[in-house]
Amino acid sequence: MAITLEGDVPTDSVASPPSSLDVAGDRTFRGMTYMFSWMTIFLVLYILYEIAGKAAPAVKEYGVGFITGTTWDANRGEFGVFPEIWGTLYSAILALMIGGFFGVSIAIFLTQDFLSPKLELVFKNIVELLAAIPSVVYGLWGIYVVIPAIRPTANWIHEHLGWIPFFETSLSGPGMLPAAMVLSIMVLPTISAVSRDAISSVPHKLKEAAFGLGATRWEAIVGVIIPTSATGIFGALVLGFGRALGETMALAMLVGNSNQVSLSLFSPANTLAALLANNFPEAGKQEEGVLMYAALILMAITLLVNLLGTAIMNRASRRLSGVAR
Amino acid sequence: MATANVLNCESTATIESNGKNIVIDCKIKNLYYGKFRAVRDSHIPVEQGQITAFIGPSGCGKSTALRCLNRMNDLVRGFRFEGHVHFRGKDIYHRNVDPVAVRRYIGMVFQQPNPFAMSIYNNVAFGLRLNRVKDDIPERVENALRGAALWDEVKDKLKNSGLSLSGGQQQRLCIARAIATEPSVLLMDEPCSALDPIATRRIEELMTELKEKYTIAVVTHNLQQAQRVADKTAFMYVDTTEGARTGYLVEYEDTNQLFADPKEEYTKQYIRGEFS
Ligand SMILES: Nc1ncnc2c1ncn2[C@@H]1O[C@H](COP(=O)(O)OP(=O)(O)O)[C@@H](O)[C@H]1O
Ligand SMILES: [Mg+2]
Repeated sequence: MAITLEGDVPTDSVASPPSSLDVAGDRTFRGMTYMFSWMTIFLVLYILYEIAGKAAPAVKEYGVGFITGTTWDANRGEFGVFPEIWGTLYSAILALMIGGFFGVSIAIFLTQDFLSPKLELVFKNIVELLAAIPSVVYGLWGIYVVIPAIRPTANWIHEHLGWIPFFETSLSGPGMLPAAMVLSIMVLPTISAVSRDAISSVPHKLKEAAFGLGATRWEAIVGVIIPTSATGIFGALVLGFGRALGETMALAMLVGNSNQVSLSLFSPANTLAALLANNFPEAGKQEEGVLMYAALILMAITLLVNLLGTAIMNRASRRLSGVAR
Repeated sequence: MATANVLNCESTATIESNGKNIVIDCKIKNLYYGKFRAVRDSHIPVEQGQITAFIGPSGCGKSTALRCLNRMNDLVRGFRFEGHVHFRGKDIYHRNVDPVAVRRYIGMVFQQPNPFAMSIYNNVAFGLRLNRVKDDIPERVENALRGAALWDEVKDKLKNSGLSLSGGQQQRLCIARAIATEPSVLLMDEPCSALDPIATRRIEELMTELKEKYTIAVVTHNLQQAQRVADKTAFMYVDTTEGARTGYLVEYEDTNQLFADPKEEYTKQYIRGEFS
């Protein structure tokens, strides 16, 4: 039971304990937040359970061979997703390199007083507008604009530098490069918004310290501002990478949907997400389990990337704050 | 690099007036932040090898005046300066002078300790690397840390983060970082205001030691501190007539003189603690 304090307090005091209504409100609020958090966790576990359950027969039947296999032939009942795993990682890494470079540069540009505050806001909103464009529109844009635009250059590069593995095939339409380019634009807003937050949360006093030592703006950015916000920028890259791994529609339209494992940027390829999107409509009972298996692998990859990213970030921030070595 | 050379010449041309060596001669006519006039009509000389203190009620423009001396105010949007600041006889506000170069010769220690989120060693070496110093970096880092009376406490953990130190140690680390490149003048803006009394005394002792090598200008709201460390004291006050809030120099004197026998009525009232 609660212990009341009234007896010990001078009677003219305006201080009073919270009313029973206040207490009830507080309890209800706390109860609801608990409930919602548990519901989220439950939902994730439930989805995992269902997918794993549906995938179980396929996992039993195909085992590890599914991951290393390179053919996907429903008629012969032969299934392997190695090319898709390769394509998923390759396209996401390429998109991360392009989108990461531009995203972080934009974040720096929009936080370091290169522009007047008004223009900064305008640019920031334009970049964030990129996130509002539907995936399928990106896909169409890729097919009708990007591919025709880069084809001549790509084929010129193939002709002259074809001995380099990255250029060993010609670009005849959909392929890895247009997919990765469009994907990089799609992850750009995430990367730039999150790293913008990280960079602008660098304390002003650190910037002053750098400038006070006679650093130029460039030296302050490279020497102090980026290292200080490195954990946050890294987090932005992990988020962007996660988005790129799971992106479906635009890739299904642009990547070529061909089971190949090739370093060539111009070769058609496939990704796990695109495979799922392209195959579920006419999937029979057996193929359904196989697709669930592929979905499980995709989830495992994104989960692994996120866990690894979080672990690295935690380590880095602990090292920087000096709590532990 | 013509701009850098403006400051970098061998000349020790300090202004000789009444036999005094003036390193920085600061004449603020008007100083604005946007439309707001923050400081007016203040002539504050900083003498070679001495500690010059800026005192006055808060908001009177002490920090603003101090930050004029190495052009830190240039970082503020809308900052405008009328007057001149002569460093060894050369105007640092001349349009051919690069503010970055100014700050390499006139270092600064801030109110809040602000070590970088990197190792103690790299914190001190930061300025050396900016100045493209290649030789003897470890020795210079050690000397700077010794100069800041921090070496014995950190010599076994130079790789630890600068942020792992206590507030007083962090401030001494910032002093080490500022003196590593051996600037001519050290500006300190209330360097002890975030510190406890013991750490404060350490910094004060350190300032009197640093005086041997460096000229120091320090802002403080602590009158005892000014009396303990400063050779010269500038008292600023804020003019609130006509709704303005413009700071200006009321009196500049030898510290002993200023505290024992202030000439101006405002100074008398202030050091008697009649307003703050
Ligand atoms: N960056 C700034 N932008 C606009 N006004 C400022 C800025 N810094 C200081 N001021 C104003 O200038 C006046 C003097 O401030 P400051 O130099 O910090 O005073 P002190 O250090 O004596 O307390 C104050 O009125 C303050 O509000
Ligand atoms: Mg101040």
